[in-house]
Amino acid sequence: MLLTQNTFKHGIHPPENKDETKGLPIRQFSFAPLLILPLSQHIGKAGKIVVREGQEVVRGQLLAESDGFLSVPLHSPVSGTVKKIANVPTLSGKMTPGIYLESFPSSTQEIIEGEAVDLESASVDEIINGIQQAGIVGLGGAAFPTHAKIKIPEGKHCDTLIINGIECEPYLTTDHRVMLEQDQDIFMGIRYLMKATQAKECIIGIEANKQDAADYLSAKLPKDIPVSVKVVPVKYPQGAEKMLITALLGKEVPSGGLPIEVNAVVVNVATTAEIGRLLPHGRGIQERVITVTGPGVINKGNYLVPIGTPLRFLLDRVGVDENMSEVYMGGPMMGMAVANLDISIVKGTSAVVVFTSKEINSNHKVYPCIKCGACVDACPLSLNPSKLGLLAKFESYDKMAAEYHLMDCFECGSCSYVCPSHIPLVQYFRLSKSIIRKQNVKS
Amino acid sequence: MKKQSLHISTSPHLSQGTSVEVIMRNVVYALLPLSFYSVYAFGWNAALVILTAVFSAVLTEHVLSKLSNKESTISDWSAVITGLLLGLTLPPIFPLWMTFLGGVIAIAMGKFLFGGLGYNVFNPALVGRAVLQAAFPVAITTWQDAFSIDRFTSVNSSIWAMPFMMPVVDGTSGATPLSAFKFDGVVTDTSDLAMGLVSGSAGETSTILILLGGLYLVIRNFMNWKIPVSILLTVFIFSGILYSINPELYPSPGFMIFSGGLMLGAVFMASDMVASPITTLGVIVYGVIIGSMIVIIRIWGGLPEGVMYAILFGNALSPHIDRLIQNRVYGTSSAKS
Repeated sequence: MLLTQNTFKHGIHPPENKDETKGLPIRQFSFAPLLILPLSQHIGKAGKIVVREGQEVVRGQLLAESDGFLSVPLHSPVSGTVKKIANVPTLSGKMTPGIYLESFPSSTQEIIEGEAVDLESASVDEIINGIQQAGIVGLGGAAFPTHAKIKIPEGKHCDTLIINGIECEPYLTTDHRVMLEQDQDIFMGIRYLMKATQAKECIIGIEANKQDAADYLSAKLPKDIPVSVKVVPVKYPQGAEKMLITALLGKEVPSGGLPIEVNAVVVNVATTAEIGRLLPHGRGIQERVITVTGPGVINKGNYLVPIGTPLRFLLDRVGVDENMSEVYMGGPMMGMAVANLDISIVKGTSAVVVFTSKEINSNHKVYPCIKCGACVDACPLSLNPSKLGLLAKFESYDKMAAEYHLMDCFECGSCSYVCPSHIPLVQYFRLSKSIIRKQNVKS
Repeated sequence: MKKQSLHISTSPHLSQGTSVEVIMRNVVYALLPLSFYSVYAFGWNAALVILTAVFSAVLTEHVLSKLSNKESTISDWSAVITGLLLGLTLPPIFPLWMTFLGGVIAIAMGKFLFGGLGYNVFNPALVGRAVLQAAFPVAITTWQDAFSIDRFTSVNSSIWAMPFMMPVVDGTSGATPLSAFKFDGVVTDTSDLAMGLVSGSAGETSTILILLGGLYLVIRNFMNWKIPVSILLTVFIFSGILYSINPELYPSPGFMIFSGGLMLGAVFMASDMVASPITTLGVIVYGVIIGSMIVIIRIWGGLPEGVMYAILFGNALSPHIDRLIQNRVYGTSSAKS
């Protein structure tokens, strides 16, 4: 766990605000009386429902099965009754097909087991299939189906498996606690992932603000797999795949390409732990660790929350400040503000952060760009947000994509964060990207 | 839980906390010691010139905003900077009506015509000064000796010249170190230059206070230090080479660095964010071009001083530098796709 000075170029240093929750062990959250489960909790096609209204289900039972390669199943987070199959509200504001599930208040909530994936005897495909059947998606926030990510395309090979324990978003301590408490699950997950990807070595990347986790994992490193821990300097957005690969391997993922182009696969550490915990038992994912924090939360902490737990129930239990003004799902740099509290925790929810009216300064005056260059110095991809912002204003979308590499932008928000003119740069870019994508579909 | 109304915004939900107004205000702070020293050295004359320039710039900004039915933009402090910089680049006994005109031109032609803050190609204060230099070549090269005994007891009569009449040139004028060198081969002591004990424009004489102001802005991260450093290094190296070839013919690099408007121009004018390139390499190229132009004009040009034209030249090239020199985007093999 040598501290490498290697990192990526540029980046920013927002205040971390992790101290309040990083020392708090993961606690089981209570079961809500009614769970709200959208079918689509991942990028890709939603699953197909295999239960009917009124049916009693056991915790861990399949509710929906995967529908194609880029799709994962959904398992019941509690033992209870399928109350209704109907549209449910989601973070984006859209209603999508889903399930309302009533939990049995007196159930022991034991989890049923399925067909175990045996590490020794399973083939590459069996492990990949096992990960898909466990309903696992990237728990870091992107919710990309993990099995699809680790399937090495024909003609490519993976040298390095990178386990992402960076957690660079301010306020978040989920992965930090997972690393301190679930080392055996993490190493088991790494064994499965190394076998599935045929990687020659594995590096666990951790930022220097989690030195205790790095020390702990280093002390526990198993002998049977070539795994090491590397500590990198604290910087946002180092948790982004491309940035982490550059920090750890000194390689750049080609523009428009995937990590496998530089023979690497990156998997989030909590996802890895989940794989290590579920696969030996053939279980599906029913809960995840979430940091509930922010100035507006009374009982901050890292909680193991059943998927489908309504946000309103969660906030009621932890208690919120009466001046609660904004609620984010995910961290404040990339997370989304919640429009209504009737949505629920999904597989990709890494945190719930609550700000009060005191922290919200919405009357930032927007000035014209003064070309101070702060955004240029912040952009981890060395894009020119200043120029891109100007082009967005003139709706020169083609030029943005063709000459200024807009489509490479992964919307980390560093440019908006530093802009003294308060120009909503990354917001412009999101919009421009979606317009460009629509144009491409049309043509 | 009581009924909540939730505020919605898009990420990032955090912001660094600085603003354009804060940056501009701090540039004004950085210029204040210099302005006060200028008044100390040149008396009421300098005070009147500086105040007139600021007043005229701010008034013009306000009036033009109102005339175009926009909210007044004087609260962003950028007009104050333009006025201050203009005042500091003028001779302390410059007629006030000309000063006023310079402020109007700086804002109207140098800034508003281009679309206001953020859109100006040239540093507005230098645009104002360039027009004044062209229109009033005599008045703008009529200097006052620093620390004259009567600087706080009387005001130079030329300052009150009526508009559109030739000012009566007052007897206190003296040559600047650069013109003394250029035309008479007289070299001024470098320490006198650094301390500001010489005649010259109101704000260009005290190198030390200019550097302190710049240092303040660099520490607070409100200025790109690479701009002044690359200009000064270029001037130093370029004139150093010439000096080593023939010390009789060419001035020493120390004299070049500390004389005239170089320090004020390099630290406060060339570093104008709006009119300078945005990438690090671009900024260095920009600095080298300006530095080279300064030496070329001073040594081989017809004028004793070349900072103003060199910076305006650099400003003009800046958009082209930004187009030609771009950062290499992550994951691509070259800057251009």
